[in-house]
Amino acid sequence: MQPDKLSSETNAYESALSEQPTAEDYVLRLFVTGSTPRSARAIQNLRAICDEQLSGHYDLEIVDIYQHPEQAKPEQVVVMPTLIKSLPLPVRRIIGDLSNQQRLLAGLDIVHRSAGHPEPGRGR
Amino acid sequence: MQADTALITKSEAPNALPKAATGIQGLDEVTFGGLPRGRPTLICGGPGCGKTLLGMEFLVRGATQFDEPGVCISFEETAEELSRNVASLGFDVDALVAGGKLAIDYIFIERSLIEEAGEYDLEALFVRIAHAVQSVGAKRVVLDSIEALFSGLSGESILRSELRRLFRWLKDQNLTAIITAERGEGSLTRHGLEEYISDCVILLDHRVTESVFTRRLRIVKYRGTTHGTNEFPFLIDSTGFSVLPVTSLDLNHSVSEERVSTGVASLDDMLAGQGYYRGSSVLVSGKAGTGKSSLAAHFVNAACARGERCIYFSFEESEQQVVRNMRSIGIDLEQWIERGLLQFRAIRPTTLGLEMHLVRMHAIINRFDPRIVVIDPSTAMLNSSSELETRNMVLRLVDFLKSRQITALLTTLTDNDDSVDQSGMNISSMVDAWLVLQEVESSGERNRGIFVLKARGTAHSNQIREFLLTGHGVELRDVYLGREGMLMGSARLFQEAKDASEAALLRQDIESKELLRERKRRAIEAQIAALQLELESEEQETQRLIAHQELERKQLEEDQLAMARSRSVNVGASEDNGSKGRMAGGRK
Repeated sequence: MQPDKLSSETNAYESALSEQPTAEDYVLRLFVTGSTPRSARAIQNLRAICDEQLSGHYDLEIVDIYQHPEQAKPEQVVVMPTLIKSLPLPVRRIIGDLSNQQRLLAGLDIVHRSAGHPEPGRGR
Repeated sequence: MQADTALITKSEAPNALPKAATGIQGLDEVTFGGLPRGRPTLICGGPGCGKTLLGMEFLVRGATQFDEPGVCISFEETAEELSRNVASLGFDVDALVAGGKLAIDYIFIERSLIEEAGEYDLEALFVRIAHAVQSVGAKRVVLDSIEALFSGLSGESILRSELRRLFRWLKDQNLTAIITAERGEGSLTRHGLEEYISDCVILLDHRVTESVFTRRLRIVKYRGTTHGTNEFPFLIDSTGFSVLPVTSLDLNHSVSEERVSTGVASLDDMLAGQGYYRGSSVLVSGKAGTGKSSLAAHFVNAACARGERCIYFSFEESEQQVVRNMRSIGIDLEQWIERGLLQFRAIRPTTLGLEMHLVRMHAIINRFDPRIVVIDPSTAMLNSSSELETRNMVLRLVDFLKSRQITALLTTLTDNDDSVDQSGMNISSMVDAWLVLQEVESSGERNRGIFVLKARGTAHSNQIREFLLTGHGVELRDVYLGREGMLMGSARLFQEAKDASEAALLRQDIESKELLRERKRRAIEAQIAALQLELESEEQETQRLIAHQELERKQLEEDQLAMARSRSVNVGASEDNGSKGRMAGGRK
């Protein structure tokens, strides 16, 4: 059984190294339009929440569709800014400048919509 | 297309609004050239009225006919669905997409999957449109139905201002755009898009009247240009959209001097020996079974033999039926159908509304480009519509055919016995030539007669001819005209025989009369001879008497002389003779 144990440990180590997301990690993509005030605000708001609530357990990609217009189509992005949470499931889209924190948290399934107050941690 | 350009140059000032031709049948005519170039056009209408198809046809035709690539931003159907839907109209969207002539972007917004957390804008939509436009170098854009945004996103005020920006942006990009929108209650569109798109608004409509479905198109607004203001019926069929323009305003058909044979030599003779004018409309009216279709078949047959394309619209008989029936009079129409010269369209009049029929016929004629069109019978339309409407439709059709220099032969079925003027629908004033087929019933049989009631610009015969349907086609015969009036068929034959026998009788009569006269003459001559004889004998008698009298007088003289001598009296004293005689007598 030793090789198994060893390999699992190695795997855990490697995944931690490469920061490959596991099922517990968040995969987020934020689509913005250059450095417009609204986009800048969205990035700021998202970063703040992520650092506060997800502390390292997230993978955030910021896509400037001015630079990569072809990326908007496959992800069905229509409004700006759009945040897509592809993991954990279900996939969710959150639009707007993310200034409404409560809705953002609800959209990220960090808090249940019914829950009145934000809950720390990443349970769902 | 040439006709369209002619229309535009005629009705528009030289510095008129630039337009982008749609290539859609009829639409360019009613808009006098197409949609406003570089501006958005709003197409609104209820569900199923053909907004998407109109948009797609605009793009496909733009890409194929005008070398203007296009982009379709679809909010309702995926690219696959769209391409499958318009494939039924003969458009190969996939090939156009592969060839870089068309880009389709499907935009999907599902409200339940979206969490709104703050202010947003539609910049991504702009980017996507711009990207698609750039990828194919598009000149045309269709946004089908952008109103889906309203159901997918909340914050109507944001959407409104964003849409306003979008339309502005489309204009700045100089894109000719079609924006479709659902019709709303009491307004043109559900979300009032007409407020933002004010250059051109086209309303599509479909309604069912008397169980008949009719699609109609109306240009509500077209800023800066003239446009047709009526409701135009339109059709969506296997080749796409066709809008039927109303009758052109002026009568300026070009006129041809060329003649086309009627297909019946003796009928050509009745029409100055040459037949109908090319591009004219000919009406053949008559009761059931008078041979209208046969005459039409002759015309078609002759035209096909000359290599001209013909369309035969039949509203009462199927193709096979007509072909079989015409074979019985020696006309083989099948060979022309096989060679692609003759197109046969058997349409049941009640299947479509009147205007739909008209639009469909328009579309068929435009596609086949025939030189001759037969409509048999044009009165069949009366079944589904009022006389006035039918008449209008026939008028429009005749007008259209004339403008295309197509010779038209219309038959009308009449049911009125006594009046030859009865053309069924009083369309006679619209046609150039009118042949009347009459039926004459006498002595237990029906015969057909034909005459030319009118033929504009042609010295035509005023005679009624007998119209015979024989195993080798139509034949015209001179009818019998005599004391008994006009006779045909066996009555004509009978009358001819009767005349012959009457003539013989008369001849005999004359002969016997002559004989009689001769006899009488002889009798009279005999009488004359007898009388002469009598006269002669009487003369002889008289002479005999005269001679007798002379003789007696001489005798008397001699006696007296002798007596005197015997009494020795002086013979010279003749005056004494008497006294002497008396004396002598007294002595006795």
